[in-house]
Amino acid sequence: MSGASGNWAARREKKAFLALADGTVIRGWSCGAAADRLGEVVFNTGMTGYEEILTDPSYAGQLVALTMPEIGNTGFNREDHESAAIHASGLIVREMNPPSNWRSEETLEAALVRWNVPALAGVDTRSLTLKLREGGTQKAYLCATGALSPEEAVAKARAWEGLDGQDYASKVSAPKAYDWTGDLLADAPLVAVIDYGIKFNTLRLLEREGFRVRVLNAHAKAVDVLALKPAGVMLSNGPADPAALPYAAEMIRGLLGKVPIMGICLGHQLLGLALGGRTCRLKFGHHGCNHPVKDLRASTVEITSQNHNYMVAADSLDPAVAEITHVSLNDGTVEGLEAKKYPAFSLQYHPEAAPGPHDAVPAFKRFRRLMGRA
Amino acid sequence: MPRRDDISKILLIGAGPIVIGQACEFDYSGAQACKALREEGYEVVLVNSNPATIMTDPGFADRTYVEPLTEEALTAIIRRERPDALLPTMGGQTALNLAVRLEESGVLKRYQVELIGATADVIRRAEDRGLFKKAMAEIGLAVPRSGSAHSLEEARQVQAEIGAWPVILRPGFTLGGAGGGIARNAAEFEAICANGLALSPVGEVLIEESVLGWKEFEMEVMRDRKDNACIVCSIENLDPMGVHTGDSITVAPAQTLTDREYQALRDASLAVMRVIGVETGGANVQFAVNPSDGRLVVIEMNPRVSRSSALASKATGFPIAKIAAKLAIGYTLDELPNDITRSTPACFEPSLDYIVVKAPRFAFEKFQGSDDTLTTQMKSVGETMAIGRNFKQALQKALRSLEIGRAGLVRRADAEGQLADAELEKAVARPSPLRLFHLREALARGWEIDRVARLSGVDPWFLRQIAEIVAFEEEIAAAKTLAGLEADRALFAQTKEFGFSDKQLAVRLGVAEGEVRAARERIGLRPTFGVVDTCAAEFAAATPYFYSAYGDEPEAPLPPAEKKKIMILGGGPNRIGQGIEFDYCCVHACQALRKAGYETVMVNSNPETVSTDYDTSDRLYFEPVTLEDVLEVYRRERCDGAIVQFGGQTPLNLALELKAAGVNVIGTSPENIEKAEDREFFKQLADQVGVKQPANGTATDLAGALAVARRVGFPVLVRPSFVLGGRAMAIVYTEPFFEKFCAEAFAASEGRPVLIDKFLEDAVEVDVDCIADGEIEVIGAVMEHIEKAGIHSGDSACAIPPQGLDPALVDRIREHTQALARGLNVRGLMNVQYAVQDGEVYILEVNPRASRTVPFVSKATGVPLAGYAARVMAGESLKKIGFTQEVVLRHVAVKEAVLPFARFPGCDVRLTPEMKSTGEVMGMDPDPGMAFVKSQQAAGNPLPGEGGVFISVSGERPSDRVEMVKFAKELVEMGYGIWATCGTATLLRESGVPARAAFAISEGRPHVLDLVLDGAVGWIVNVPSGCQPQLDEVKMRTEAVRRGIPMTTTIRGLRAALDGLKTLRRNAEFEVLSLQEYNRATARKGGRKS
Repeated sequence: MSGASGNWAARREKKAFLALADGTVIRGWSCGAAADRLGEVVFNTGMTGYEEILTDPSYAGQLVALTMPEIGNTGFNREDHESAAIHASGLIVREMNPPSNWRSEETLEAALVRWNVPALAGVDTRSLTLKLREGGTQKAYLCATGALSPEEAVAKARAWEGLDGQDYASKVSAPKAYDWTGDLLADAPLVAVIDYGIKFNTLRLLEREGFRVRVLNAHAKAVDVLALKPAGVMLSNGPADPAALPYAAEMIRGLLGKVPIMGICLGHQLLGLALGGRTCRLKFGHHGCNHPVKDLRASTVEITSQNHNYMVAADSLDPAVAEITHVSLNDGTVEGLEAKKYPAFSLQYHPEAAPGPHDAVPAFKRFRRLMGRA
Repeated sequence: MPRRDDISKILLIGAGPIVIGQACEFDYSGAQACKALREEGYEVVLVNSNPATIMTDPGFADRTYVEPLTEEALTAIIRRERPDALLPTMGGQTALNLAVRLEESGVLKRYQVELIGATADVIRRAEDRGLFKKAMAEIGLAVPRSGSAHSLEEARQVQAEIGAWPVILRPGFTLGGAGGGIARNAAEFEAICANGLALSPVGEVLIEESVLGWKEFEMEVMRDRKDNACIVCSIENLDPMGVHTGDSITVAPAQTLTDREYQALRDASLAVMRVIGVETGGANVQFAVNPSDGRLVVIEMNPRVSRSSALASKATGFPIAKIAAKLAIGYTLDELPNDITRSTPACFEPSLDYIVVKAPRFAFEKFQGSDDTLTTQMKSVGETMAIGRNFKQALQKALRSLEIGRAGLVRRADAEGQLADAELEKAVARPSPLRLFHLREALARGWEIDRVARLSGVDPWFLRQIAEIVAFEEEIAAAKTLAGLEADRALFAQTKEFGFSDKQLAVRLGVAEGEVRAARERIGLRPTFGVVDTCAAEFAAATPYFYSAYGDEPEAPLPPAEKKKIMILGGGPNRIGQGIEFDYCCVHACQALRKAGYETVMVNSNPETVSTDYDTSDRLYFEPVTLEDVLEVYRRERCDGAIVQFGGQTPLNLALELKAAGVNVIGTSPENIEKAEDREFFKQLADQVGVKQPANGTATDLAGALAVARRVGFPVLVRPSFVLGGRAMAIVYTEPFFEKFCAEAFAASEGRPVLIDKFLEDAVEVDVDCIADGEIEVIGAVMEHIEKAGIHSGDSACAIPPQGLDPALVDRIREHTQALARGLNVRGLMNVQYAVQDGEVYILEVNPRASRTVPFVSKATGVPLAGYAARVMAGESLKKIGFTQEVVLRHVAVKEAVLPFARFPGCDVRLTPEMKSTGEVMGMDPDPGMAFVKSQQAAGNPLPGEGGVFISVSGERPSDRVEMVKFAKELVEMGYGIWATCGTATLLRESGVPARAAFAISEGRPHVLDLVLDGAVGWIVNVPSGCQPQLDEVKMRTEAVRRGIPMTTTIRGLRAALDGLKTLRRNAEFEVLSLQEYNRATARKGGRKS
């Protein structure tokens, strides 16, 4: 037989499993690293972009279940990385396939093994999604080794502290500041990016807008940021709970009114906090590439890429301080806001896409205009 | 922005008859559009010449015109109705072309009709290859290098500029790529070019750089007037570029693109939509991608709903046509709800958590002599769609839905199994209807995936999936027996996850299908049902639209049934002989039963149809119409009954097995449906009723068949039992040909006997549709055929009411029909075919089930026969329903068949007892002749009002010659010039009719083809000779079809044509009337006692 090797007997045994905190055990076969991981299970409904999802630092601490059933089809390549590593704690799929794509450099399985990230295949991700939709996001233990009993795994999932109140941004942030752009843009206006879990595509798009880009650690102080004399500050996306980053909101308050600010995802939530708002958890989050967002001022709709478990509560914002500019057409939640008294705006969704539609890319032009550089 | 208030009346153009490349998907979209517009309070005027459509049911529009889709008819309708707007994007290429012509001729301007959905400029930019290329250059998108030509000379220049073979040829403005092709050398190039220039209504051919073997993708896009846009679905073709997308196996969503590549396609699609200028509605953009470097080129875009958009709607749950209609009248995407979730807006991109596979269904067996290589010109006649949790399930389901004698990705030892390696290598490289099985065979022989990919151009990802299915068969074999499989539940479950059907396993393990089912049930291995919810389970779905899958945990349980549940089985993929007419009946059954208080459950696998629209039935199951799949749905839903007699032969073939498995088959019992095919029983029934039968007999082998033929005497009609559309039916005039035809009939009969009837020459055929409830039998209509007996009823023009039959004889036919219905204990519909010869009535066939003519009868008479029949089957009486008398018409309705010969070069153009038409049209008029003329115009064969007529009548039947002289005389009186073959011309001149002689093709020149080429002859009357077509006749008919010259092949057809032409001359203006008006007149007149 021509390469259609079947370790089907092994797959039938379904030795690997996912144990949810509610006691549910879902069996499958291991198709990544032989390792076990704790994490929060979320589902993502995007039909493309598993590579971008896995390498997005925002997924740190999460076990990602993909609703698209055939995965691995396009392999893994360096070009499509959104950071230098796989950050998701684990992957859960229906089918794991070897790739067929001219840009593929290695199989997804091999990449997972290389990054020591476990993955579970053969899972009915639709019924897992239904469970999460009904019961909300859950803590879980992905046991790819089969070394633990299901009961032990469930106990571990329950005992885990979870993501609420956790500062994951510090874990994924660049330890030292670095310049993203090269000498070619040495004289261009600078955008300082606060790295809470930055994706490469945000940096690429800033560069494409003609900015010099310097990436700073999440704990950078406002004075140090301002000392760089940036034309603008980008608050990046990132993992886990914004409420666990009081230092970040504090820093942002130090920037407000002094430099134009744009925030994305976690950066948006942090701006909301800095403007006196409150953040809270969504039942099962927004994770996918097909979320319609209405621009309330232009009255147009963008199809957006989203990935967040927390949001800025609409009723927590003082209209005199912050205007809600964008809402989700699916559930009406806040998707964008703009400070009334300062040059600052933020988006809950991902204008940098990767993965997802490019409808919101013009947000980077808006940032440029905000800096008076239209 | 809410709906527009400045328009109130909207004209909608349908797609006309079902032809290859334009099938019932446009009924689906048109019906949705009608509903959407009326829901918004607009007055809808609909024009469509196709009576078998749901959209032309009088309830779907305020005024429904079943008139020819010609500029003349449309102008008359616009003049009469004065619509404010015309929506041209729902009726395929036909409606778009017509709208452009109406705009260019100034009709729209004169009557102030606004084009909505797509303006004439948009249509031109999308359709005119030159303009399209320019537009693509503007947005920086590549297209294959190309140029257009209006002459052969120009074409050669363009080819020289491209500078390489092969090149792709596409005639401008033709349906489904008709006349297009791939030229690998100068000879092929010249031939295709000449044909394409002739077929293109604008005399234009595009010559294009070949992107053969590249990957092909399609994107379905929606856009509103505020420039909100979204992608509804991406589709990846398994077959690479070079095979028309309608003939390709396609997969949704796209499987082999990274996000980066997918988004590039998405960005390009939106840019194309914007630059072409489609402001509101849906469009389809096709791309080719070079598999080695990802180079992307745009192939084409359709600024309208399409076959692909119907597929995308069914694949995702997003109702493209409905939303497109609402966008056309002013709404924006964010203002419209997503029908499926009802809680989220239509402005989003569906996310699929399943895989959809579409597979085309072909009919090459009907067109012998034609080459079955698949090219850029579409040749398939139908398609099936399957939904699976993974690709393997979806592929195997699609294949078993096709009904091509394979219960999945099954090897046939007697077909591809016979091929030597060298032959197989060629078969793998040549796209053909069976290529997938050739790929399978090559992989099973251990050929490397890369080698098969290189040969076929099919992406290795798909090949690997196929290879895994093949390899997994070893795994099944390891279980050795069914008992072994039953003991290993994990293996059994995995087998189902790989999409293997019970039947496939039964064959593998050497047991009966029922045993596999029983074993599966014993270990509780049952499918679960997923919901097509547009959002990958992110939100709750309100619409019950399901598919089966294995290996899943059950989804939310069924709501408790409050009403009685009736299951209706659809017909699966369209094919010649089983198409939209049967789907029409299924839809009517759903509608009528829902109205009567039942809950309806629809099972079908055809994505083109109205029956698989999620709001046709209460609960829709997109599943193969096979025993295994139907039973699982029936049991899950706990149905109270199932209707099998509306979906054509597909569900009928399951009737006895379903009943044996405990299904309550309602209506006429399956045993009695089967009995009607039993010759012995039929003979007794005919005797009992007192109606003659042609001398006949049955045989189970060739020798027996020959004995019967000798006994009854030649010519004989040979036919297999239990087939639809006259598969392998033939009239045999002499013994030497008998063996060949008989062998084909035995092959098609699959073990059941072959029937041999004495063929009645010069007889008139009569069709009757009737409905019975066990108490009374009511005639739907009596139809008189215009072609002689011996031509399949589906290919024959026919008229309601009969025009040339003695009323007493028609009454006798009515009585026979009612007696037959009693004899067969019919509960529901019945169709009877008679032949009338010399005043004597013979019965040919009885079918106690829905027939192909039901929609035509319903449209002509205004009686919803299928709906009534469904209620009768559910237990209501005709008295209660209020249908107890046959309706008498004051107008005439003529049905004409539409034939696909132009798609099958090399095949003899000939009407026989084997059905070959793909669709039908109806001409309606108070005047019989005019009704015929309208039917011919609608069928695309308008009879010329002047010029030369070529007449050739074979010498075999003297009666034909006598009549021919009479008609030739009339033609001359009307000012036509007569040309005839030498013998015929002499005869005519001797009878005082001036006629010029032309050579037969084999005799010398100038012959008839030269006359056609010169334009001297614009109408050919050729009444063919007996059994074996003469070479000349074949050439002549082929040329006529190729050039679109009307051809009359029977004396009766000629008479109807002459009557019609005379009426046309009498009437100063083309007159039209709506169905609603005809029906009102019919109702006032009241019914005749039946």
